[in-house]
Amino acid sequence: MSITPIQWNAVVRDARFVELHRRKSRFAWTLMSVSLAYYLTLLIAAAYFQNVFRLKVWGVLNVGLLFALSQFLMTWFITIYYVRTANSDFDKMALAIADDVRAGRIGAA
Amino acid sequence: MTRFIAHNIFGSGFLLLTASSAAEATNATGGIAGSYRWITFLVFASVIALTMYVTYLSAKRVRSTADFYAAGSSITGLQNGWAIAGDYLSAASFLGIAGLISIYGYDGFMYSVGFLVAYITVLLLIAEPCRNLGKYTLADILAYRNDPRKTRITGALSVITVSTFYLTAQMVGGGVLVKTLIGIDYEVSVVVVGILMLSYVLFGGMVATTWVQIIKAALLVIASLVIVCFVWMPYGFSLPAFMQDIVLDGRIQSRVVALLADSGKTMSAVELGQRFLEPGLLFKAPIDQISLGLALVFGTAGLPHILMRFFTVPDAKAARKSVIWATMIIGGFYLLTLFLGFGAAKLVGPQNILAVDAGGNMAAPLLAQFIGGGPDSLLGNFMLAFVSAVAFATIVAVVAGLVLASASAIAHDLYVGVIHSGDAVPAHKQVLAARVATLVVGGIAIAIGIAAKGQNVAALVGLAFAVAASANFPCLVLTLYWRRCNTTGIIAGMVVGTTVAVGLTLVSPNLTYPLAVRSSAFKVLAEEPAKRARINAGLASDDISVREKATRDAGSLDKDLLKARTDLVKVQGQQTSFVGLEKPLIGLKNPGIFSIPLGFLAVLLGSLLSRDKRAEALWDEVQARRVTGLYTSQPSAH
Repeated sequence: MSITPIQWNAVVRDARFVELHRRKSRFAWTLMSVSLAYYLTLLIAAAYFQNVFRLKVWGVLNVGLLFALSQFLMTWFITIYYVRTANSDFDKMALAIADDVRAGRIGAA
Repeated sequence: MTRFIAHNIFGSGFLLLTASSAAEATNATGGIAGSYRWITFLVFASVIALTMYVTYLSAKRVRSTADFYAAGSSITGLQNGWAIAGDYLSAASFLGIAGLISIYGYDGFMYSVGFLVAYITVLLLIAEPCRNLGKYTLADILAYRNDPRKTRITGALSVITVSTFYLTAQMVGGGVLVKTLIGIDYEVSVVVVGILMLSYVLFGGMVATTWVQIIKAALLVIASLVIVCFVWMPYGFSLPAFMQDIVLDGRIQSRVVALLADSGKTMSAVELGQRFLEPGLLFKAPIDQISLGLALVFGTAGLPHILMRFFTVPDAKAARKSVIWATMIIGGFYLLTLFLGFGAAKLVGPQNILAVDAGGNMAAPLLAQFIGGGPDSLLGNFMLAFVSAVAFATIVAVVAGLVLASASAIAHDLYVGVIHSGDAVPAHKQVLAARVATLVVGGIAIAIGIAAKGQNVAALVGLAFAVAASANFPCLVLTLYWRRCNTTGIIAGMVVGTTVAVGLTLVSPNLTYPLAVRSSAFKVLAEEPAKRARINAGLASDDISVREKATRDAGSLDKDLLKARTDLVKVQGQQTSFVGLEKPLIGLKNPGIFSIPLGFLAVLLGSLLSRDKRAEALWDEVQARRVTGLYTSQPSAH
C-alpha cells in the first residue's frame, strides 16, 4: 500500500475509535450471548425436559417443534438486526475514521 | 440394524452412509431402471456441461494469485451468499438430514437447526475481521501479529487436517452415493468426481469454484422447492394438516415401534405417530446432543473452505451481506428438509428408505422418484436423475472448495510464506505453485477416496467439525479479540484442540469394534432358527394379513442374515479397533464438549506463560484494522 506509515496507537486512542469499538463490541457480544443462550436452551430442553416438548400447541405441532422452528426466526432476526445496525451506524463511523487516517488527520507519523 | 447405525450416529447428519450398509444395498432398488439410463446420462451431461462452460469462461479471468485464491475479491455479497450456501449444503446435509428426519423424525431436524444457528457465530465474530485482516487463508490472520513462520506452519497444517477429514468423507460418501444412484463402480465415480473437481479448480480457480457453487446451490433449491410443492400442496399448504397425516401414518407408527422396542408396545397408534414429532429417537444420551450442537455452532466458524469465502468479497460490508444471504438461503433450505424428510417418511415409508440405505440417505431421491410417478414412469426416473445429478454436482463442488482451501494452505502459506518467507516469489510463479499444489492435493484426494472405501464417513465429518471448533475457532477468536494472545498460545491451542478432538474420537464408540460387531452378528445368526420357525408358522396361517406380515419378516430376516455374515467376514481375525481397543474407552460420541473448552484453555495458558513483543506491539494495528477496515475498504466518495 502506498500509505505512509500509520501510528496505530494514535488511531486506537482517538475518541471516535474508542466509541465505535466499545459500541460494536458490546453489540456483537450481546447478540452472540443471547443467541447462544437461546440455542443452548433448545439443546438442554430437548434432552432434559421432553415432557414439556411433548405438549401439543397447534394441532399435532408440539412445543418442541415450534421451539426448533423459532430458532430459524431467531437466526434471521439476529442477522438482520446486526447487519442493519452495522450498515447504518458502524460503517459510517468506521469510514469517517478511515478517511481521517488516510488524510493524515489521525495517526500521521 | 439399529444397533449398527447407533455406532455411527455422531455426525450422522452429514452422511450416515455407514461403512458397509450403503455399498451393500446397491441392488436394483433405489437406482435408476436400465431402460431409463439415457435420461440419467442426459441430465448428468447437461449439469456437467453447464459447469464446464462456466469454468471455460472463468479460466480467462484467472491471471494472478488474487484471482486464483479469492476471485480477485470481485464477488458480490449476493453471489457470495449463494456460494456459501453451495459450499455448506453438501450432499451430506441435503441427503443426510432429509434421511435422518425420514427415519428418526424430530431429532433429525435438530441438525438443520444447529447448522443454521452456526451462522450467527460466523457473522458476529468472524466474517468481517477475516475480510479486514486476511488475504487468502486462515493462517494469514493467525500470522498477522504472531510469529509468521510458526503460525503459518501450524495454521496450514490445521487447514490441511480439517480439509482432509472433510474431503475424505465427501469422496467416500460421493463414491457410494453415485454407485447407489446410478450404478457406476465406486472407484470409477471417485476418479470422475476427482477429475471434474480438478478441472474446475485448475483452470478456473476461485472464480470457477464460486460459480459452480452458485449453480449447484440454485439447482438444489429449485429441485427441493419442486418436490416440497408436490408434497405439501395436497394439504393446502397447511402445516398442522400435513403433520396430522404424519402422526396418523401406519408405516411411521410401526417405525416408532421398531425404534422404541419394548416401551412402544403399550402406546396407542396415535401416540406412536405423535412420538415421531418428539425428541429422543436418535439421540439417546443428552450430553451427546449438547456436545454435537456445540461442535456445529463453533465448528462452522473454523471451517477453512467457509472462511476462505470471505476473502472473495471486496469489503466488510459485502462480507456481512453475504452472510445475510447465506442464512436466508440455508435457513430456507433447511425448512424444506422438514417436508423432504417427513414427506419421504409418509410417501415412501421409513422401511423402504432404510432398505435402500441404512443411513436413510436415499430419502430425498426416492421421494423425488415417487412424486414423479414411481420407479416405472418416465417422469419418476427423470426426477430421480435430476436429484441425483444435483447430489453429484454438490459433491464435486464441495470437494473443489476443500481442495482449493488445502492448496492455498500449501502454496500460499507453506511455499510462499514459509519457504520463501514473503513476497520474493514472482506472481506467475505463485500461480504456478497454486496449480501444482491443487494437482497434488487433488491426486491425493482421489487416492484417499479409493483407499478409504468402506470407511466410516460420519465419524470423519464429525471429526472435521470437532477439530475446526476446538483448534481453529479458539485460535481465531482469541487472536482477533484478546490483546494478550500470542504465538505460543496459538501453537498450544492448535496442538491441544486437534489432539484432544482426534484422540477422544479414536477411543469413542464411533469406530468399529470387531468384538461387538462379531457378538451382534452371532446373536442374529443364533436367533435365526426361532425366527424362521415363527415365520413358517405365519406363512401357513389362513389369515392373509398374517401371511403378508410373515413374508415381510422373512425378507428382513434374510437381509439381517446377509449383513451379519458380511460383517463376520469383514472383521475376521480382528480383535480390536483401529487404535487397538476392544471396546470404546468413553461413551461420548462427539468430543466437542471437552475439546472446545480445552482448546480455549490451551490458547489462554500458552499466551499467559510466554511473552511475545511483536504480538503486543501489533495489537493496536490489528484492532484498528479489524474495526475500521483500513486498507481493505475503499475511501468514501466525498
